[in-house]
Amino acid sequence: MQTYDLAADGLRGLNATLQAQSDETNQTEWTIVNPRGSHAIAVGLDAPIEVKVMGSTGYYCAGMNKQATVHVHGSAGPGVAENMMSGTVVIDGDASQYAGATGHGGTLVIKGNASSRCGISMKGIDIVVHGNVGHMSAFMAQSGNLVVCGDAGDALGDSIYEARLFVRGSVKSLGADCIEKEMRPEHIELLRDLLARGGCDAKPEEFKRYGSARQLYNFKVDNAY
Amino acid sequence: MTVKDNKENAPPRTVPIQSATFSNPINAEIRRAAATGIYDIRGGGAKRRVPHFDDLLFLGASISRYPLEGYRERCDTKVTLGTRFAKKPIELDIPITIAGMSFGALSGPAKEALGRGASEAGTSTTTGDGGMTPEERGHSTKLVYQYLPSRYGMNPDDLRKADAIEVVVGQGAKPGGGGMLLGQKISDRVAEMRNLPKGIDQRSACRHPDWTGPDDLEIKILELREITAWEKPIYVKVGGTRPYYDTALAVKAGADVVVLDGMQGGTAATQDVFIEHVGLPTLACIRPAVQALQDLGVHREVQLIVSGGIRTGADVAKAMALGADAVAIGTAALIALGDNDPKWEAEYQKLGTTTGAYDDWHEGLDPAGITTQDPVLQARLDPVDAGRRLRNYLNVMTLEAQTIARACGHNNLHNLEPEDLCALTMEAAAMARVPLAGTEWWPGKTGAGF
Repeated sequence: MQTYDLAADGLRGLNATLQAQSDETNQTEWTIVNPRGSHAIAVGLDAPIEVKVMGSTGYYCAGMNKQATVHVHGSAGPGVAENMMSGTVVIDGDASQYAGATGHGGTLVIKGNASSRCGISMKGIDIVVHGNVGHMSAFMAQSGNLVVCGDAGDALGDSIYEARLFVRGSVKSLGADCIEKEMRPEHIELLRDLLARGGCDAKPEEFKRYGSARQLYNFKVDNAY
Repeated sequence: MTVKDNKENAPPRTVPIQSATFSNPINAEIRRAAATGIYDIRGGGAKRRVPHFDDLLFLGASISRYPLEGYRERCDTKVTLGTRFAKKPIELDIPITIAGMSFGALSGPAKEALGRGASEAGTSTTTGDGGMTPEERGHSTKLVYQYLPSRYGMNPDDLRKADAIEVVVGQGAKPGGGGMLLGQKISDRVAEMRNLPKGIDQRSACRHPDWTGPDDLEIKILELREITAWEKPIYVKVGGTRPYYDTALAVKAGADVVVLDGMQGGTAATQDVFIEHVGLPTLACIRPAVQALQDLGVHREVQLIVSGGIRTGADVAKAMALGADAVAIGTAALIALGDNDPKWEAEYQKLGTTTGAYDDWHEGLDPAGITTQDPVLQARLDPVDAGRRLRNYLNVMTLEAQTIARACGHNNLHNLEPEDLCALTMEAAAMARVPLAGTEWWPGKTGAGF
């Protein structure tokens, strides 16, 4: 296992080192100590490595991640795993705004709560939040799955496209064009898999599904307000 | 008395007078709105007359200045963009770049033609909302990759393939507005690239999903630099509204290059009311932006690219004389490719328009095959020929700008300066901060006299 002291050795060296790992690397386990809320930790990775961050992170931790597994043993600042393409990102604590924003793939697990705009403009990522999510989560969400084991704030799924939202608790309000949808057997199976991947023991049957009413897909005057 | 006698003896009648306020075009728009209940959407930039580069003139050399020979004496045109922080700045042969236009809004052959023409002329082209296509990467020796609020097609591999990254905050046609690509143009390929269902009206968000404000932008730029090993120049593009403050904040956020787009700059589609009534004329944007760069001590260190209504070498020279390091063209490049060409007049007529006025780019029915995803229409554009036309046009603009620079006594386009200019109107004098022709004064200037 490799250990990198971020406070001592700096961000550029860290990201350059991690980004230099290839598919064939035998240095597959990395531990980052003293993150101290730094921004842009472990961004742009593209190798099947495991990175543990021993503390909380600032903005954009694991941004644009591919293949790697990044585990934050703390809380994450805004935009964690933004635009993730593949791999897995796990946050032991809470996540700030825009968690998983525009993510194209991979899995983001937040064991605490996520703030506003979780999964904004998501494009294929799967997000599992053990706690609650804030307002405007899944805004303009295009595809992928957002699982909320707690409650969702205002305007969930506003202007949503084809993403699927699963919420176990209450939803304060639904956004424009977001509606509750039937939970069919295939959704139960999908959710079971997502919960398992997210390390969550909740039962799929306890959730409600939300998605697009598809009434905003083509502009017509009745949609203007 | 006969009817004829009545007419001959009748008092003169008032000549019918059209209202300047309720003009025929305005009345037609009122009737259209009343009939349809929806605002007008179109492409292009502001069509209204605004103070522009045409309102400026160069003061050629005479006794007080020494000119250079028009054909043979050297007049450099090269520009390097991204010298502030990027490890690999972009070096261009000419200071005229191709502005961001998306695959989706434009056809694949049109994007290829832009890449070919720009590359042959030694300059860069730019992606748009919708991601990078292999065609444009393959045919563009210098490609700027736009980082937009929608993040359609955004991925780290393409980010690293780019020669520069342009964080788009806004554009001149619609500062404060998002993008729009109507369903007619969402083909299978466009839908796949944008991860959206085919045929829907696609909206691009008006603000970025994961940052708000200049402090966040600074961190976002840090992230982009970290992902790309600090190699790529980072541009920040803003629509012209508050150019002094937006430029200053872009510099504060760490931009290598500021791209400033005035209201004449085009769009693929947005509301006509937005295009015509929001934003500043390009001419009004440049001096405040340059002032901000000078106040921060980074003029020329942070390069300024100006766009919006650049058409000729004279426009290029004027923008540079006011302090720009380079310009970008969009609409003019499309015209060079073949947009609004008179040879398609019969088809424009069928679409209810005419050559020069065709702006329904959002409908995907472009007879010239440029702003369309229809395979039959887009096959009309030969990317090799169209690229050659663009190259020629870029070369002509460069020669024109050099001609003016030499006449003003400069051996480098970047040596053009405000003192080379005068203004024909009070408005242009005030905006460009150059003297009204024949005087040493402009509105707001303190002091007077030669």
